[in-house]
Amino acid sequence: MSTFHATVTPPWDERAWRDVARAAWRAGIAPDQLTWDGDGQASLLAGVDVLAQAPVRLAPHVPPDFLALAGSVLCHRDAQRHGLLYRLLWRIASGERALLERETDADVRRAGELAKAVGRDSHKMKAFVRFREVPGERDAFVAWFEPEHFIVDRVAPFFARRFAGMRWAILTPYRSAFWDGSALGFGGGATRGDAPADDAQDALWRTYYANIFNPARLNPRMMTQEMPQKYWKNLPEARLLPTLLAEAGARVQAMADREAEAPRRRIPERVVEPLPRAEGLPALRAAARECRRCELWQPATQTVFGEGPSSARIMIVGEQPGDAEDLSGRPFVGPAGQLFDRALATHGIDRARLYLTNAVKHFRFEQRGKRRLHRNPAVSHMQACRPWLEREIATVKPRIIVCLGATAARAVFGAGFKLMEQRATWMRLDDGTRAFATVHPSWVLRQASGEARDTAYQSFVDDLALLAELADAAQDASS
Amino acid sequence: MQLLDKLAVLADAAKYDASCASSGADRRHSLGTGGIGSTEGMGICHSYTPDGRCVSLLKILLTNFCVFDCVYCVNRVSSNVRRARFTPQEVVTLTLDFYKRNYIEGLFLSSGIIRNGDYTMEQLVEVARSLREDHKFRGYIHLKTIPDASPELLAAAGRYADRLSINVELPTEEGLAALAPEKKLPDIRTAMGELRWRIEENVDARKAEAKTRAKPPRFAPAGQSTQMIVGADGADDRDILRTSTNLYGNYRLRRVYYSAFSPIPDASARLPLQAPPLVREHRLYQADWLLRFYGFDVEEIAPADGAGMLDLDVDPKTAWALRHPERFPVDINRAPREVLLRVPGLGARTVERILGSRRHARLRVADLTTLRVPLRKVLPFVTTLDHHPKRRLDDPARMRAQFAPPPRQESLFG
Ligand code: SF4
Repeated sequence: MSTFHATVTPPWDERAWRDVARAAWRAGIAPDQLTWDGDGQASLLAGVDVLAQAPVRLAPHVPPDFLALAGSVLCHRDAQRHGLLYRLLWRIASGERALLERETDADVRRAGELAKAVGRDSHKMKAFVRFREVPGERDAFVAWFEPEHFIVDRVAPFFARRFAGMRWAILTPYRSAFWDGSALGFGGGATRGDAPADDAQDALWRTYYANIFNPARLNPRMMTQEMPQKYWKNLPEARLLPTLLAEAGARVQAMADREAEAPRRRIPERVVEPLPRAEGLPALRAAARECRRCELWQPATQTVFGEGPSSARIMIVGEQPGDAEDLSGRPFVGPAGQLFDRALATHGIDRARLYLTNAVKHFRFEQRGKRRLHRNPAVSHMQACRPWLEREIATVKPRIIVCLGATAARAVFGAGFKLMEQRATWMRLDDGTRAFATVHPSWVLRQASGEARDTAYQSFVDDLALLAELADAAQDASS
Repeated sequence: MQLLDKLAVLADAAKYDASCASSGADRRHSLGTGGIGSTEGMGICHSYTPDGRCVSLLKILLTNFCVFDCVYCVNRVSSNVRRARFTPQEVVTLTLDFYKRNYIEGLFLSSGIIRNGDYTMEQLVEVARSLREDHKFRGYIHLKTIPDASPELLAAAGRYADRLSINVELPTEEGLAALAPEKKLPDIRTAMGELRWRIEENVDARKAEAKTRAKPPRFAPAGQSTQMIVGADGADDRDILRTSTNLYGNYRLRRVYYSAFSPIPDASARLPLQAPPLVREHRLYQADWLLRFYGFDVEEIAPADGAGMLDLDVDPKTAWALRHPERFPVDINRAPREVLLRVPGLGARTVERILGSRRHARLRVADLTTLRVPLRKVLPFVTTLDHHPKRRLDDPARMRAQFAPPPRQESLFG
């Protein structure tokens, strides 16, 4: 038997409900002793107003997710919602701290349903409000909308954020919201006649709507599920629905019946260019772009061809492009490339004077979750790709070749090359070009950070000193 | 030509592109800017057309004149379709007028190729620039990117647009060569690589400058997406899903859209006579979802020893479960999240609710009902405190027959 009553004004207001609920809890009034006045009118019910009760204990502590839930449940039209929330509050404050997690509980589930309905209605309001321009005024708009629940106060800030630069009003049967360009205001309910009946843009909008739809994919069930019929009367485009639905079948049939026609223009066959002879770097690069000599091209983005002046005296040969190189299409731009740049800088060598390329021109990788992990190219890939490197060498005719890593060294010196024994030792190729090999900068990066990596880096820099001496000599010779 | 006519032609020409989402942008509003527009993460569908599709963006072509001859496309140079062309200014005005009436979330602008890639891209970028700079428009902008446009134009596009997309069009290179002779897979991939490169470089640069005021402007905050046409060439579902996986992995795409090839007016005689059943597209979306959010890989969904096609009668998760009866039944009260996610009928949200609820009490069938679990679908694969499917899993063929709908062609042409 309830002996107390409570009124929340306005009945959808979270703060108002919270004040009343707090007073009731502090007065120790159990949920079954309390009658909530659902529609917010001063109650004629018997019983004592809870706000008149003296507190006997401290305010309850409730988790923030309960307040968020209460905020949306209060906007529902259900007359029982205030009591339902108070029951939840009572249980949570009495010790069932994790109550809301328990979706199998009847109260929790009911509150969840109400919140969901409010969420849906709010969402539909954001979607289906249609502003109409007020004739004769610039950038002033009025909309008529009929929400199912008490959501105007909840959703109006969304429209303020979105349409800040206009003046607008949204009228509904129970309440109205106004924006004058700087502040939100609220007022009482209105009628449909208070908003302009039509808008000049409606015709364009309807044209768009009728043409964006594909009659071959008719699915009215899906449409009405997402755009329930109760909203149709205020949507300018919905007027077209009966016609669109009725004519769809005929439009598709007409399309299918029409004879397929031959193209007016003959489609040229795709010409497969033969591998060009070494006729300059641009031609080589273009040809390599289409290379299909091994399967590595398939999952990768692009052929990463060499880069640098065709007159370069020094050619650097790396292993294969990595993630960054694959995306950007340029060699040595990833972490290993940056480390290489730094090493060059310690010897005062300008990267722009070098020709940089790789033994294999496509990135070989394995997809692991979001990352693409580097894999060493197989011998077959090196063999397939060697002609490109040979042509680069034949075209650039460098005096010196530096191989970074074992793959590059094998591509240049042959399969028997032992990197760790022969690194930083000058060799002479058949055509007289001088060459040496050192580790790949990514090998340096793979060392455990700290001393091991520092040592590895230093040895790499030391190896490149060979180049520094020669680069000086070369520069001297050319100057 | 009247604006109304142009709109009719250029909306009609855009309707075959499935990618209309307006989500993923950063949060922004127009308060204090003097302009209009906001994005709050999730895009809004402002209407639905009778095909059940959401109308979120003003999705139009700048022009449907095109110098290319992609056989599946209604705008190909050899088609007899009516042609029209908007000026950039007309698109800007239309976008603003529609936006102010709350018809749309923003603009999705694409175009046929006129003159060349750069010229076309320049026009698209000009629309976006004018909206952002001249009109302080803060709504959503999605620009279709022309693969061979120059890097400067790509950079400008990313500054103004929330999302950029490049369509791969067809899942295999052979398909492309046969049906879209002017489009080259390496160009498309290269452009996607370039976009990912720029997007990530921008994110890093913004992080590095997080504390200073010199933060560089966002580059395509809603990332990139692509679209593949299904059923116009000979590629099977396994080819398609493998291509998607590669694209997601290589370019961190937000979405791959699948568009069942649709009969078009003025169809070329080189196209298949029948459109693929729409349910095929639906199954591909389901499979795509499983790949991205449910821990499946292509080999599980479309195994190499299968026919290469997804089962049209049952969804791909159920099909997988029926191929793997040894993995079931699963104990609702004990199984870890990743195992629950593999149970047919349990979505990610439901799994979270099960995990939350079972912390308080061991679950029974009645609890599953409360949690809105589709019992008919789920019960054969799980045990609860008061339920065990017994030997039902011993006969997957019979179970498949139960799940499959009665035979019926979903295509209008069946
Ligand atoms: S790795 Fe070399 S041989 Fe293989 S496809 Fe690429 S460019 Fe051609």
